[in-house]
Amino acid sequence: MKLKLHSKMYSLLLMAMAGPTGHVIAEEFPTAKVNTTGLAVTDTTVTVGQLHSITGTMAISETGSVEAERLAIEQINAMGGVLGRQIKIVQEDGASDWPTFAEKSKKLITQDKVACVFGCWTSASRKAVLPIFEKENNMLYYPTFYEGLEDSKNVIYTGQEATQQIIYGLDWAYENLGARTFYLIGSDYIWPRTSMKIARAHIERYLKKKDPKCKVVGEEYYPLGHTNFGTLINKVKLKKPDLMFTAVVGGSNVAWYKQLKAAGVTSKKYDMLTISTTEDEVLGIGGVNCEGFYSSMKYFQSIDTAENKAFVKAFKARWGDDSVIGDVTQAAYLGPWLWKKTVEKAGSFDIDKIAAASGGIEFKDAPEGFVRIHDTNHHLWSKSKIGKFLKNGQFEIISTSSELIEPNPYPKGYQ
Amino acid sequence: MKSQSTPTLTPNEGFLDKLLSGRSSFLSYSLLALILVVILPLTLSEFRLNMCGKYLCYSFCCIGLVLCWGHAGILSLGQGLYFGLGGYSMAMFLKLEASDLESTKIQTTPGIPDFMDWNQLTELPWFWQPYHSFTLTLLLIIILPILLATLLSFFYFKGRVTGVVFAILTQSMVACAWYFIVGNQGFFGGINGMTDLKTLNGWDIREPSSQKILYFITVACLFGCLFFSKWILNSRLGRVLSAQRDKEERVRFSGYDLTAFRVFIFAVAGVLASIGGALFTLQVGFMSPNLIGVVPSIDLIIYTAVGGRLCIVGAVYGSLLVNTARTLFSEAYPTLWVFIYGALFIIIVLALPKGIAGIWSDHLRVRVRSLLKLDKKDKPEKLTT
Repeated sequence: MKLKLHSKMYSLLLMAMAGPTGHVIAEEFPTAKVNTTGLAVTDTTVTVGQLHSITGTMAISETGSVEAERLAIEQINAMGGVLGRQIKIVQEDGASDWPTFAEKSKKLITQDKVACVFGCWTSASRKAVLPIFEKENNMLYYPTFYEGLEDSKNVIYTGQEATQQIIYGLDWAYENLGARTFYLIGSDYIWPRTSMKIARAHIERYLKKKDPKCKVVGEEYYPLGHTNFGTLINKVKLKKPDLMFTAVVGGSNVAWYKQLKAAGVTSKKYDMLTISTTEDEVLGIGGVNCEGFYSSMKYFQSIDTAENKAFVKAFKARWGDDSVIGDVTQAAYLGPWLWKKTVEKAGSFDIDKIAAASGGIEFKDAPEGFVRIHDTNHHLWSKSKIGKFLKNGQFEIISTSSELIEPNPYPKGYQ
Repeated sequence: MKSQSTPTLTPNEGFLDKLLSGRSSFLSYSLLALILVVILPLTLSEFRLNMCGKYLCYSFCCIGLVLCWGHAGILSLGQGLYFGLGGYSMAMFLKLEASDLESTKIQTTPGIPDFMDWNQLTELPWFWQPYHSFTLTLLLIIILPILLATLLSFFYFKGRVTGVVFAILTQSMVACAWYFIVGNQGFFGGINGMTDLKTLNGWDIREPSSQKILYFITVACLFGCLFFSKWILNSRLGRVLSAQRDKEERVRFSGYDLTAFRVFIFAVAGVLASIGGALFTLQVGFMSPNLIGVVPSIDLIIYTAVGGRLCIVGAVYGSLLVNTARTLFSEAYPTLWVFIYGALFIIIVLALPKGIAGIWSDHLRVRVRSLLKLDKKDKPEKLTT
């Protein structure tokens, strides 16, 4: 009961911040007019889908996104819903299995006729459902930072695409850590591979112009779930790079950081910038094992703004004091809000109208700060940030990009 | 168990009886045909029918498992490997068709599949070349599993490696295959698999109408495979297989070289799984390494066990029912379905050790036959055996 009261209170707070767009009366927007394509929209409700892994290996990572999306939807409902309609959720379990994601997305779209879907996490699951969203014409709000090279009419990418995260991070390391030699390390799948391709291009084509000493001294990939990094650590010790630039994901993270520490590769002697480790992962790794390294993200739980503090408070009130909020969780929280704003701008739930209205949608009071959907691609303008790992599992933000960074899913000169 | 494997034939039975081995078998085939060809297409929506088509693809693997595990005693924990061979063969053909110059013009190298471009490949690898031709693709779907199954099993069977050791070897093979595909992203699409498959020789496989046609093609292939399997089991070959399962030494001393028999049935199981995989790709529109790992291979064993490991028709029901249960539970209880699903298996193993086929052979068969007054005919037959 106490929890519920709290979440109400914070949603009221958020309502005040969100301003006059809050209350809309459903009668102004008759169902026949706002829903011409047979979506599950009635005079009082609108049904949306939620598709994440609740079971299987990805459940640990995706739970945060599920919780954030639910929180946002509850807050929106408390404010009067979307076009005067309360949001109802149909949840499906992707079960960490890409074919299941495809099956469930088809079910949500063709059987439940949902107005949009908040979901997916891994690139593989997004690739599996993408043809279905395009064929059946529905809208996916996808929260994870990812490799780019994609820009579908039927997806809004609320996380960063690779160049936003990487180029700012590398430039920062060049300026502030004096990094000239780079060792690129990643898990072996599409996101790290593409990210490292961009990183290598940036080092060899752009940083090299500033200082000819800049070079990549090693590039290595390990299978997902790999836990023995001994050989790699020895190679790192031999090459002594100024910066380890890493994209190790999932369970491998724990082994990677613990073995680094055991081998004496700590932040006292080496610098590391990661694009894959958020607060969620540190929970498993343990703050002591990664203390002093750096992470390039667009959101850290420790961002010191009123909007973020309200968000963190509301999240903890709803999901428990132990919860931590990582980059993807915050990006997932943006999804329902961006959808609401887009629907209100379009004055309709129709997918084609939302897709057309998405460009230029702004969310001023987002926890990460002002964000805006790009006019021509479905990604977000956002500010990149560099955080330093602290012992307690949080990050100290030591740098924020001065301007919003433009999303560039097909970066010229980096392919 | 034995009573079910090879019912005795009496000389006065007709051709159809020989083919289907007794009246109750004929009944069970007719019932299956009625369900698959009439009842399901009439009652289910396009979406659900497509899902049933998908489940039926697993049945092909299960029929293979009934042959090689149930009847020949060779447990394979790695049928996913052969499912993947067929599935990936079909996916490679479809992917090439989907990667024409026009739709891939945004890539660095237009005209090759998108994942190759992401992995900095600039030309199509040589082993992709045969997949430009649909005929060759179909041939490879049959030939590849035969070659691979023969290669992988010949030396083991020659050296009389069977039972648990062979089962573990098959499992390690499928694990290797998974790592091979995931590790070679540029060649096979890695963990993402091959997605966004659209047309087959210009025919859009994503349309509801084509999915309905694909469903019926699947059912037709399924019955083809069922009859083929029944024919094998009723032939002398089938008897040798059952004999070597029960009394290996006795068969050897009778002068049979068992290697050829075992390799043959293992290859047949592989081909069946491969056909299932190819049809799966067509109906689902993508292929992923997640479908061929250790866990999916064990799932196939579960479907077979639920259906009844000695009954080829049961294999079809097994895969249909288990997958339907999985889908319905997970839709109704997205957070709890795994527990219900697990409980179901425990109940089935405890209550129906012979699987669904056990319901028929142990309970229903006698009642149905007495209802139809077929028992009088059977009685002398039973006395003779």
